[in-house]
Amino acid sequence: MEFTQLSLYDQAIMLFAAITLFTSFVMLAQSRMAPLIYTFAWQGTLLAVTTSLVAYVSNHPHLYISAGISFFLKALLIPWMLHRLSVRLNIHREVETVAYPSLILLAGAGLVLFSYYVAIPIVQLSALVTRNTIAISIAVVLLGMLLMITRKKAISQVIGFMSIENGLFFAAVVSTYGMPMVVELGIAFDVLVAAILFGVFFFQMRASIDSLDVDRLNRLREVDE
Amino acid sequence: MTAWMLAVLETLLFVCLAPLLAGWIRRVKCHMQNRAAPSLLQPYRDLVKLFRKDAVLAEHASWIFRSTPYIVFGATILTAAMVPLVAVELSTYVIADVIVLVGFLALARFFTALAGMDIGTAFGGMGSSREMMIGALAEPVLLMTVFTLAMTASTTNLSGAVQYTLSSGLVLRPSFVFAALGLMMVAVAETGRVPVDNPATHLELTMVHEAMILEYSGRHLALIEWAGKIKLMIYFVLIANIFFPWGIATELTANNLLVGAIAIAGKLALLGVVLVTWETVMAKMRLFRVPQFLGFAFLLSLLGMLTHVVLETGG
Repeated sequence: MEFTQLSLYDQAIMLFAAITLFTSFVMLAQSRMAPLIYTFAWQGTLLAVTTSLVAYVSNHPHLYISAGISFFLKALLIPWMLHRLSVRLNIHREVETVAYPSLILLAGAGLVLFSYYVAIPIVQLSALVTRNTIAISIAVVLLGMLLMITRKKAISQVIGFMSIENGLFFAAVVSTYGMPMVVELGIAFDVLVAAILFGVFFFQMRASIDSLDVDRLNRLREVDE
Repeated sequence: MTAWMLAVLETLLFVCLAPLLAGWIRRVKCHMQNRAAPSLLQPYRDLVKLFRKDAVLAEHASWIFRSTPYIVFGATILTAAMVPLVAVELSTYVIADVIVLVGFLALARFFTALAGMDIGTAFGGMGSSREMMIGALAEPVLLMTVFTLAMTASTTNLSGAVQYTLSSGLVLRPSFVFAALGLMMVAVAETGRVPVDNPATHLELTMVHEAMILEYSGRHLALIEWAGKIKLMIYFVLIANIFFPWGIATELTANNLLVGAIAIAGKLALLGVVLVTWETVMAKMRLFRVPQFLGFAFLLSLLGMLTHVVLETGG
């Protein structure tokens, strides 16, 4: 179907999906801690907006609940918790050094191409209006992984992890109009528990190695030789 | 015949109104920074003053240095003639190819850089080298944006592209959002605005464009500065008419043309306010951060193309 023949709501879904993907790239490029957390919150908000648009277009009212849960958890609660943690650990103004920033962004663009290629067979099988955004959701997952790989600070890795979860949730919404409610609630609480555990983990880590740099966990000694 | 007259008239309008746009931007900026604003006509007065003054030439200046102002001004006017300002489908738009447009802008940049090195002063060479670095990074972004547009409208003709966006009505294209953002970032870099370059300063360490034209005076300087103002207007009109073409005249009647003129004036004034807000909020970045800025612009235009392929053509 031609893009111009879609209704404005369908086009809006595509637009918000694209902007969600864009926030993933912004997270990749953002090396400061506080803006990184805000961008993550924006991604959660966009995800919730896209989900409720899908709910409206596909006439699946239960998706409104998913949208509400994901907005509450991923746009408000978890970013707030992360922000509070980073303030308490006094790292919210820290700038992380990222090696080869432009190269990472280009690799991200390559990942988008790859996920498009991977999604082609799925797209051909699907009959949903939102099928074209499946590639975007896979790309969000892969970009979250790239964020985890390229960062050393534990807190940005957690954001990468949460961003992967965002991508998975998005994939579920656009490819099958959402998972069963039980599964979704389970995942939501898992993520919440994970966020709380990560918080505890941060404090443990800082208490034992005096840094949030996960590379230092590889060393066996506390003192450099 | 009337069509040609209109085309020439439109180009004249373009060239003559460019300083007014610069004056408007300066005025809004003054208001936003709580300074007393100069008159809207101040850029015209500056140009007239420069035209009256004698041009001073260095002893070793070659023909490149002397002819560059005219080449730059000529190339910029030709570019201005291609861009649809008030109406689409005027006679000049047969040649209104976007790739030609990029080529003309590159020609002007090439000669400015040569002239910067021609005299042999340290500043000129430094400015040229910086300008070419920025140019080499900005041009791919511009071309990617153009290709995104061309893939959507199936033409590289500017007039055709504008008509395509007009005829398809309100379509929320993700690719256009990214392409527009990319084009705006390139426009900022190419016209030497904050955060890439500061047009209002002659601070030795940071200047890029000013360093190249440091040796020019009198009418030469006037022509180059005028060309700079036209270039800014070209980018503004491109952004306004490609992505928000509503109001542009499709038929050459007096009524339509009037509506088109008012529409473009409103859009340009609004874009001026956007630019000033951006310039007031942003700080000028270090020169070595510019590749990162343009790299992000490139990413935006690349995303524009990718989302076009993934979201708009698939299925």
